[in-house]
Amino acid sequence: MKRLMSFIITVVVLLGVMVFTTPGLLDKVRLGLDLKGGFEILYHAEPMETGGELSRASLQKTAESLEKRANALGTSEPEVTTEGTDRIRLKIAGVTDEAEVRKKMKEPAVLTFRSAAEGDAANTYSKIELVGSDFVENAAEVERDKLNQPIISIKVKDKKKFAEITERLLGKEMAIYLDEQLLSTPPTVRAVLTDGAASISGGYTIDQARELADTINLGALPLKLTEKYSQSVGATLGKKSLDQTIMAGLIGSLIILIFMIMMYRLPGILASFALILHTWLLILIFVIADFTLTLPGIAAFILGIGMAVDANIITNERIREEMRSGKSILSSVKAGNKTSFRTVMDANVTTIIVAAVMFAFGTGAVKGFALILIVEIVLSIATNLYFAHWMLTVLVKAGILKKSKQFGVKESDIRAL
Amino acid sequence: MRFKKEYDFVHLSRYFYVFSIALTVAGLIFLATMGLNYSVDFKAGSNVDVSLSKNLTLEQINPAISDVGISSEPSITIGEKRVNIRYDEVLESDQDAALQTAVKKLDAKASFEINTVDTEMAKELARNAIYAVLISCLGIIAYVSIRFEWRFALGAIVALMHDAFIVVAIFSIFRLEVDMTFIIAVLTIIGYSINDTIVIFDRIRENLRFGKQKTYEDLKILVNKSVAQTLMRSLYTAFTVFIAAFCLLILGGESIKMFSLAMVIGLLFGAYSSIFIASPLWLLLKKRQKLPVKSSTAK
Repeated sequence: MKRLMSFIITVVVLLGVMVFTTPGLLDKVRLGLDLKGGFEILYHAEPMETGGELSRASLQKTAESLEKRANALGTSEPEVTTEGTDRIRLKIAGVTDEAEVRKKMKEPAVLTFRSAAEGDAANTYSKIELVGSDFVENAAEVERDKLNQPIISIKVKDKKKFAEITERLLGKEMAIYLDEQLLSTPPTVRAVLTDGAASISGGYTIDQARELADTINLGALPLKLTEKYSQSVGATLGKKSLDQTIMAGLIGSLIILIFMIMMYRLPGILASFALILHTWLLILIFVIADFTLTLPGIAAFILGIGMAVDANIITNERIREEMRSGKSILSSVKAGNKTSFRTVMDANVTTIIVAAVMFAFGTGAVKGFALILIVEIVLSIATNLYFAHWMLTVLVKAGILKKSKQFGVKESDIRAL
Repeated sequence: MRFKKEYDFVHLSRYFYVFSIALTVAGLIFLATMGLNYSVDFKAGSNVDVSLSKNLTLEQINPAISDVGISSEPSITIGEKRVNIRYDEVLESDQDAALQTAVKKLDAKASFEINTVDTEMAKELARNAIYAVLISCLGIIAYVSIRFEWRFALGAIVALMHDAFIVVAIFSIFRLEVDMTFIIAVLTIIGYSINDTIVIFDRIRENLRFGKQKTYEDLKILVNKSVAQTLMRSLYTAFTVFIAAFCLLILGGESIKMFSLAMVIGLLFGAYSSIFIASPLWLLLKKRQKLPVKSSTAK
């Protein structure tokens, strides 16, 4: 009786939690661009000048500046990631003027050193004195001055020009800009520099100094971005695909549940409950792990339910078989659970191996798909094996399932032992 | 719902071997001569899918988009409230903006899905996927050899390769469009195929424990029995997964139509190959192992 109570409580609580949380969870699932509209561009980055090298840091910097630019254009949640050694993927949702954004993004990051021109308001600097390419490539370094403060040493190519500028701006501020963004407090020119080398100090922390040095190096050798791949989905088209696919999924799932219940009666209802729990947990993981749901993802999701059904079918078919051989209901369920467990585990582990390899070696969509598959199989083992088996055993022990008819097995089919 | 009649699956498999080999050969011929009907994912170019609020005719669209300054000739397909325009050249962002403006003049509510691709990306995805499949075969061989024996591993892999190849072959023969999601579909099919095969192998392994099988006949009976015992499960599972894939095919979004179709075909072949290819193949391999034992006892 105690077992039955815990069964009822578990089922009721789970049902309550699922009914209560599902609408909120569904809203929180992050949708891919193919579902909500927007565009995605994969850039191939290469140094602007031939023979230049492409470092990990410069790629990272370029990605960051892309993100800053996208933010500056007022797009919602731009997503910028680096891939491999020379690629940057940019995802932007819901853009109205796509052409404009694409054009802006492609321009290389422009590093400028500026001074205040006449008529500039306080703290604005509009006269461009030096541009990124005036600096010696990869020469910006973080050093420490006599007081052990981090400073950035830089080198310019044209010594005469630099001497002229420093002479003219002696005692004045020279601001550093990346694109139109002012970086840090403008340092002041303290001496006329004739050897083309200078150092920038300004009470930076070591991290700030490093970042500034990286930016200057990047500015000296900006990366050229070419669009490798782009995908653009209109918001209404994405919505339509989503609605259709979800509808298809619901109808498909419903048919599967009806089939299970008609086929296996009460154990079929238990199996259906395990399947629903499985789906709910999967959505929960999507939200918690912040996975992005894309169309192939939904497809994998729905088809995964079909695969989870397999675990239940194997179990129930096995139990029926044991019953037909003349075993009692309890021992049939026990034997059925035990043997089907091994079968399903072997089948699932093999599939996980395939998925794990896909995850390790695949790229892009293949990787995402493999991840969902792995998560789904692990969940399926928990819900459709452990949980479903537990529910069945409890109901048999509590005496609720005591007739072979409840399992869809005819008395006449049962052989005497 | 059980088969009272005993089917000789092993015997039947002879005909199915012929069928599968014929289909494989046909597929190879088609692949070699015609290749696959690659979508824009595998061809450099731009694909513009427009969802409209009303139906447009070719006469309306052609003049509208001819003067947006795109040199290559587009191929236009008109559908129910949608138009597909495909260029063999990659559209620059201002060109695609001009195109959108031109179409919006005809239908202000038009919604666009524009895909532009450099072939390298899709090819790389496909290449990586093929490597992934080959490496995962090694994983399967290792796991199945440990848990079962190497003959099962070989049978499972032949069945898996068969299913994946047949789907590719059918897409080639019927000139169905192959896009990036097709790769995903083939990978899923491989997953199902292995799942399906292992369940039957598991039963063969279990039956092997009871009783000693001395002759080929014994083994044949054992395979037939194992397949028959798992047949209802195989059919039910194939049926439920088929339902899910079929619903996606009929009702799902346009962009996953080909994905669903590949899945439906693959699932049917997955169930078929587990019964008629994998298990009889194991028997064939097992027979070779048994033969020397038999001949030594005969002496």
